Amino acid sequence: MGDLKAEAIGLDFHYGEFQALEGIDLPIHENAVTALIGPSGCGKSTFLRCCNRMHDLYDGSRYGGEVRLYPDGVNIVGGGVDPIEMRMRIGMVFQKPNPFPKSIYDNVAFGLRTRGGMNRSEIADAVEAALKSAALWEEVKDRLQDSAWQLSGGQQQRLCIARALATGPELLLLDEPTSALDPIATAGIEELILTLRKRITIVIVTHNMQQAARISDWTAFFYLGRIVEFGATKQLFVKPEKAETEAYLTGRFG
Amino acid sequence: MSTVAPTPELVALRRGIRRRVLFDKLFSVFGWLCLAVGLITLAALLVDLAIDGLPHLRWDFFTSFPSRKAERAGILSAWVGTVAVMIVTGMAAIPLGVAAAVYLEEYGSRNWFTDIIEITVTNLAGVPSIVFGLLALGFFIYALDLGRSVLTGGLTLAILVLPIVIVATREALRSVPFAVREAAFALGATQWQTVWHHVLPYSLGGIATGVIIALARAIGETAPLITIGALTYIAFLPASPIQGEFPFVSFQWTEDPFTVLPIQMFNWISRPGSDFQGNAAAAGLVLLVMTLLMNGGAIWLRYRLRKRIRW
Repeated sequence: MGDLKAEAIGLDFHYGEFQALEGIDLPIHENAVTALIGPSGCGKSTFLRCCNRMHDLYDGSRYGGEVRLYPDGVNIVGGGVDPIEMRMRIGMVFQKPNPFPKSIYDNVAFGLRTRGGMNRSEIADAVEAALKSAALWEEVKDRLQDSAWQLSGGQQQRLCIARALATGPELLLLDEPTSALDPIATAGIEELILTLRKRITIVIVTHNMQQAARISDWTAFFYLGRIVEFGATKQLFVKPEKAETEAYLTGRFG
Repeated sequence: MSTVAPTPELVALRRGIRRRVLFDKLFSVFGWLCLAVGLITLAALLVDLAIDGLPHLRWDFFTSFPSRKAERAGILSAWVGTVAVMIVTGMAAIPLGVAAAVYLEEYGSRNWFTDIIEITVTNLAGVPSIVFGLLALGFFIYALDLGRSVLTGGLTLAILVLPIVIVATREALRSVPFAVREAAFALGATQWQTVWHHVLPYSLGGIATGVIIALARAIGETAPLITIGALTYIAFLPASPIQGEFPFVSFQWTEDPFTVLPIQMFNWISRPGSDFQGNAAAAGLVLLVMTLLMNGGAIWLRYRLRKRIRW
């Protein structure tokens, strides 16, 4: 299924004295959805937040090993690498929809304005394109200046996806994007992910195993800060190799 | 269905409930009385001030300089001085206080150094104001040679209220949820872009409220200004900031001597005889109304902005 877009090689991560990730090896395939599953506290969100250096915002975090971003092969967690560049190249959507208390338009435009170099009409075009990509354009095109907070939860989350897509990221990280949404909104987001994966590489953390089975091409099962098993989603769900994976998938723990 | 008389246990239970409910009622009466003591004292003070002062509150009271004759004395130089000093105080305390709070809250990592700064700021808020007056006398007047001017007075009050501005601003910044900062950082924003485009605008209501409360505190301060030697009798105004000729704007006013409302009041009260007491009461009323208006403005602002952004 295509080339690798990114690859974790022996990634370690520490919060102060606590080692949250140990020796993570994980290939991320291009233009595919990779799902990270596992019980709470297993390190799947921690891994995701390594990929755009979110941990740098907090004191006492320390990376070891590598996460390579292709095609240039830069080590995302490398010491000399600028976290701001990584965050510009890699988009992220959070668990709880977190639109800015600004207009719908300004929410999507913020990432573009941050990097500068675009005039008004270029920004307007990019905002429209991003909202269309996130399947939100039809619902909001007549009220772009309304506050983003007036949108429903599902619309807010799609707005957050549009905001991340606007700057044309190479990789999109989704951290349990549907866990705060109702089933109908969840279905909308899942449908969107299936459309997006044709042109962008997605890594999604999910608590919901059915969701991982429905939308992902590859799945990694995290447990206690390590990857227990990684494989093609169909393979892993139907015929897991490790006993722990099978126990988790059948609901015996987690 | 047949019923029986309440058992002794049930009777005892009910008696217990009645006793505790009675205590509740007694406490609410007690609390109400405590509140009344405060409110009645304040009201009595206001009424007394109004009875003494209101007859003096004529238009020319605001447009006359102080005079040796009580009936001709006014507060022109005092209220203009108060406004001028407040402008300097605001221009100094707001940027300094907000910048310091942004540093402490958004930039500085937690270590022993920021801990010490934090403790110092909190303690500064509790330092008696006359101590700030002594500091200003030594620093602004003797060391920097700024004279007994509007600038010195404004800067003195600015350092006095700086801790209030810092503490209020930090509180306001902290009310912005971290998820919003993460959203901005995740798009590749720098610390400054996050603060300038998001954190500051969203906490503006809290910051403005804190600033107004700080200025309301500064407006009534007397001791530090007397310490730096603000004059009690001034029969002229500071130079106008707008000039008829080029460059049209002048900062001469910051170098002029000044007096403020509380000092004018103090001056009148300390005079023998009752002629000036009414003037002092009237000036007190003006000061009180200014403070109440500022506090009212703060409440209105907080209400308005809270309605717009509620996390």
